[in-house]
Amino acid sequence: MAQLSCSDIQLNFGGVRALSGVSFEVSQGEIFAIIGPNGAGKSSMLNCISGLYNPQRGKVVFESHDVTGLPPCERTKRGMARSFQNIALFKGMSVIDNLMIGRHLHQSSGLLTCGLYYGPARAEEIKHREYVEGIIEFLEIQNIRKSIVGTLAYGFQKRVELARALALEPKLLLLDEPMAGMNHEETEDMVRFILETNETHGITIVMIEHDMGVVMDISNTVCVLDFGKKIAGGTPEEVQQDPHVIKAYLGEEDPEVS
Amino acid sequence: MRCGDFKTTYAADMTIFESGNARIMLGLFFCLLFTLPLYVPGYLLDIINRIGIAVIGAIGLNILTGFTGQISLGNAAFMAIGAFSCGYLGTKFELPFYLCIPLAGLIAAFSGMFVGIPSLRIKGLYLAMATLAAHFIVEFLVVKWESVTGGVAGLSIPSPKIGNFVFDSDAKLFFLIFIIAIMSVLFAKNIFRTKVGKAFIAIRDQAISAEVMGVNILKYKLLSFGISSFYVGVAGALIAYQAKIISPETFPITVAIDYLGMIIIGGLGSILGSIYGAIFITLLPELLRMGTSSLAGSFPELVNKLAAMKELVFGLLVIIFLIFEPSGMAARWHSIKNYWKLYPFSH
Repeated sequence: MAQLSCSDIQLNFGGVRALSGVSFEVSQGEIFAIIGPNGAGKSSMLNCISGLYNPQRGKVVFESHDVTGLPPCERTKRGMARSFQNIALFKGMSVIDNLMIGRHLHQSSGLLTCGLYYGPARAEEIKHREYVEGIIEFLEIQNIRKSIVGTLAYGFQKRVELARALALEPKLLLLDEPMAGMNHEETEDMVRFILETNETHGITIVMIEHDMGVVMDISNTVCVLDFGKKIAGGTPEEVQQDPHVIKAYLGEEDPEVS
Repeated sequence: MRCGDFKTTYAADMTIFESGNARIMLGLFFCLLFTLPLYVPGYLLDIINRIGIAVIGAIGLNILTGFTGQISLGNAAFMAIGAFSCGYLGTKFELPFYLCIPLAGLIAAFSGMFVGIPSLRIKGLYLAMATLAAHFIVEFLVVKWESVTGGVAGLSIPSPKIGNFVFDSDAKLFFLIFIIAIMSVLFAKNIFRTKVGKAFIAIRDQAISAEVMGVNILKYKLLSFGISSFYVGVAGALIAYQAKIISPETFPITVAIDYLGMIIIGGLGSILGSIYGAIFITLLPELLRMGTSSLAGSFPELVNKLAAMKELVFGLLVIIFLIFEPSGMAARWHSIKNYWKLYPFSH
């Protein structure tokens, strides 16, 4: 049984059709990559899964519950987490506080207990701080834990965004171009973290990525979108051989030239 | 010499005052503060009391505008609501002040939450306009709803009392105001080191990703309006007790703008900044008055002209701070402190 299944997703913005009839299934514990040329509808697809966009047609089923139409925070409660393409961290807060927002849903203190601080609010804060410190250690960002996020270098911000998503304790992690704009070393680190997240925590990963080397190396399944349609799907090897994919990326062979 | 942070528990990492020195300084400050009425003359004490009230109001506005990012021009209105509810409860139902003040805060909080409902859809300047509308509606109500507010004639407020002890002088009110002010500061500090306050800041910085992280935007925006208006309402109630007579003219729109000036000059999104701003803006007209009266001997014709200077200086200061220190006095203080902390080994 698939953990996430999207069937026949159709999304329009006014007269523009961003997605037309996209269907795929992601099974528990795999790394699923969505690739495609610019403007193919990859981010729109991710937004439909996480609930920022509501498709006009089609269904999103997560762990055998129909989540189509649910607001983003409801989906987060059910175990989805995501990162954004253009970093969407809380820039005025420290790294720790950004991660503590990830624990928001797991905390139960109300306004008055928070305002009194001593007692339950402090105990809860410490308990979740310990969890957050575990993630900080896992992603090797101990030295910047007190820094204000807006002042950090790009590569670190990307890492903090992954950390914040992990702080939610998700079952499904949606990553929108986690390696974009990174140098070689940073990309290697990020790949290591994604693999480790997937293998040791057993978190299913759906990611959009342009770095084909990474996609072909680490993903179990690849889905290729072009102009809002799914043109191919399967293992990396299958996709690489697919004539539609070659056509979308490299263009058609001109019979006159050959 | 202190040369770094060595903490062994997370609780120690979350304390407000990190070092023993800071706590000793704070203790000394409180000793000094609470003995002020013994040796400070009445006129100065009146100003100090107004500072205490401004601190409460400025923190309230900062919670909403500085921390949650919702611009409000309605705080004079919520202050009026707090003041008149306090007066009405105190005169008509003869409730004691220790019930009047929190009830006035609660009434202001509910009005604030009502005004805050549009904030889910509108933001920035448009929200400022909506809250400005709230200000004029309240101003109109205060004038017209004579049975509750006393209309243009105003409402006279009985002095607060416990048993036979009446807070009838500035010195006695001082203790009432500053105990409430300290409680307000502490409560606000606690909010921002726990779940609720972090959610507020998250909404300010990135509303969409806050929602994706599971923060209920509507609930927390309204909560922010509620807490903010509670603070402002309590400040209004204290103004009523201090002024003894309140009328529609006590809470003009310029009060709302003064408070915005406080948090901009003090520091948006900083509790300490609200305190600095409140002190500064309350003292500003007094300092100007002292300046002009000392010049009155040599330039008598200048005095009348300088009377209008308050607005001018206020506007100029806000502009200067926005250009040169947009994070306010709190940030400036922080950088000065950091410079001296490791002086002369600043690396």
